[in-house]
Amino acid sequence: MQDFFLGASLVILFSVLLCLYRVVKGPVIMDRIIGVNVIGTKTIAVVVLTGYIFDRVEFFIDIAFVYALINFLGALTLSKYFERKGVVRRTTG
Amino acid sequence: MTALAVVFVCAGVFFLLMGAIGLLRFPDFYTRMHAAGKSDTLGSLLVLTGLASYGGLDLPSVKILFIALFIFVTSPTATHAMARAAFKNKMPLWTKEEN
Repeated sequence: MQDFFLGASLVILFSVLLCLYRVVKGPVIMDRIIGVNVIGTKTIAVVVLTGYIFDRVEFFIDIAFVYALINFLGALTLSKYFERKGVVRRTTG
Repeated sequence: MTALAVVFVCAGVFFLLMGAIGLLRFPDFYTRMHAAGKSDTLGSLLVLTGLASYGGLDLPSVKILFIALFIFVTSPTATHAMARAAFKNKMPLWTKEEN
């Protein structure tokens, strides 16, 4: 069962790599923000899976919960900031 | 319980992978958000529910279900805030003629 959880985490990490391309390459800054948000949501699943791999679920769950809170607050704050500043269309790279 | 956990985690990983491919392949910001927002919520929800059912009914499973409920509320909220920020600043919509 641990091998199955390890394989699932590896597939999720591969999809994180696909999202990282959008973060680095994304033409608009909102693309980068949604890429980071998606990576954070995947990281929560990976952290809980890691808890089951190492058989220490009760420690990793609290880390996952704090990660969910920080991910939500970060996405909300960044989108509010760029909504007010009006620099959504700036391309930086 | 183990078979249920395997089915749920496999379905969740499938949805997460499809969401990443959609984020990579779609042509416009709004369509990318359409791919990322919904499938990402459903995928992480399925993975967390499967892991909670694998552990049985104890305190970590209840905590995992609480994280799943939190994601179910906050992920659409964050997606909505980002889409509104883009739409208020008049980001152009993708049309077939331009591209």
